[in-house]
Amino acid sequence: MLRAENISFQIGKRILLHDISVDFSSGKINLILGANGAGKSTLIKILSGMIPPQSGNIFYGNQNIKQIKPYQLAQSRAVLSQNIDVSFPLTVWEVVLMGRYPFFRGAPSAKDKAVCEETITYFDLQEFRHRNYATLSGGEKQRVHFARVAAQIWLPQKQEGNYLLLDEPLTFLDVYYQFDFMNKLCDLVKMHGWTAVGVVHDLNLAGKYGDHITLMYDGRILTQGEKASVLTKENIYKAYGLYTETVLENNSVRLHF
Amino acid sequence: MVLFGVLIGTLFLTTRYGAITLSLDEISTSLHKWISGNEFQNLNERIFLNLRLPRAILCVWVGASLAVGGTLMQALFRNPIVEPGLVGTSSGAAFGAALYFVLGATFHFNTGEWTLPLVAFLGGLTATLLVFLLSQSKDTGKSSVVLLLLIGIAINAVFISGVGFLSYIARDPQARSITFWSMGTLSGANWHSVMIVGTSTILCILVALRFANQLNALMLGEQEAIMLGVRINRLKLIVLSVNVLMIAVATAFVGVISFVGLVVPHLLRMVCGSDNRHLIRNSALLGGILLSLADLSARMMVRPAELPIGIVTAFVGVPIFIVLLRRKNYIF
Repeated sequence: MLRAENISFQIGKRILLHDISVDFSSGKINLILGANGAGKSTLIKILSGMIPPQSGNIFYGNQNIKQIKPYQLAQSRAVLSQNIDVSFPLTVWEVVLMGRYPFFRGAPSAKDKAVCEETITYFDLQEFRHRNYATLSGGEKQRVHFARVAAQIWLPQKQEGNYLLLDEPLTFLDVYYQFDFMNKLCDLVKMHGWTAVGVVHDLNLAGKYGDHITLMYDGRILTQGEKASVLTKENIYKAYGLYTETVLENNSVRLHF
Repeated sequence: MVLFGVLIGTLFLTTRYGAITLSLDEISTSLHKWISGNEFQNLNERIFLNLRLPRAILCVWVGASLAVGGTLMQALFRNPIVEPGLVGTSSGAAFGAALYFVLGATFHFNTGEWTLPLVAFLGGLTATLLVFLLSQSKDTGKSSVVLLLLIGIAINAVFISGVGFLSYIARDPQARSITFWSMGTLSGANWHSVMIVGTSTILCILVALRFANQLNALMLGEQEAIMLGVRINRLKLIVLSVNVLMIAVATAFVGVISFVGLVVPHLLRMVCGSDNRHLIRNSALLGGILLSLADLSARMMVRPAELPIGIVTAFVGVPIFIVLLRRKNYIF
């Protein structure tokens, strides 16, 4: 379980996050929604430990993030962001292997290599493994990074399961791979008991795949909970200023704009 | 492994050929006398033991230092155009040396054969510290690496102008010394310099190898590296210190040698990829090989005189570099 307690963050006089408290449970896909500038990305950065909050606490399980060393945190928490450019020619295999860097010094162990083999197979990257990363398309690159991030938290570290944070991971994927990505994410989260917390923009994808939704507006949490209770006409209007029709069927919420 | 073999072969070539060619017999007897501590050496044996061998070994250390420095700086700045002198080290050293050439006699600043390396080292260190201090920006919130790069360029310009000014006010022989030194020469090699440069080179490469994986992670960007558990500020501090020590010490003894630090990492990336674990080790070897060959040509081309080695590295290095960069399958 990943918990944020009374998180606040401001730059100059501008308040980006105002007293945010939220729990994300394991084995679930927790999605954070909100308009541009609502504070989603800042929250993800604070949750992942990239920037420390100015007040409040983050707990991984029952451990305060302040008490966890960076490399220890990296052994159970991975972050997938968007649009990563690599400055030098690297093969796909080398990029995926980076997911295991928190676990070895010098040369990778047989276990590290085996994990990378598994994730490469899982994400259908066998044919790319010797390709130069820079020559891949945007969608292919994102799959490589998903494989890298999965390799980082593939093996369980503690009883409570590992953590996967996603910062707009779907941005450069076409529709097919958006769904493919979310399906794989669902399977992996169930299979490994990960705590997945992600920012997405597509409300229909959120309505289909999100187990727990946090709707943010102007640095605060507007509402959070099950998707059926969060993704209502009224809430969407408050968060985005858009009129929608929402339909609930087969445990997924569909929005018509 | 292949590179190591080539390096040994190159060492053989560089010690054998020069203003006079030594026979294999002479090399083997002098090595034998050296090991057994026999003091009775003839002229050629002394040339081998006191001139050729230290020079060849120093050449390997310096080449390794420059190439590894280049690899480290390119990895740290995530930028393939960076060379080790970027943070001001070599231009600072050149300024220190110029100061000594022009004003040393006037101010009686002289501590024997160590004076030149010492002032050059201090110059390099001063310039580098200046770059670091000026690029510390807690409150501006600018990307510290870009700031470091730009401040480095600015400080380099200042010190190069300083060298220019000193050559301008210098008398002719002094100006010649400055010119010669800022193009690099290994003619001053002796066993002391081999020991000192060797120690710093080996030490720094060993430290660098420990951080190879973290530098790899940095290729994905600072944020991704942090998320892989890299303590980014510590990494920067260590890698920069290693680079400064290596480059300042090497430059202090042999002058400014350009282009090795830029070309070697690129050559290797094309052949064996960008993994810094291999890159650091291989660039040490290849740097040693290339600089040895450059020194050999510098000694052979205008025999019995010598060309400054920096001229050879630039004239040979640049065309090769451009051809390589324009190749289609090298994407960076």
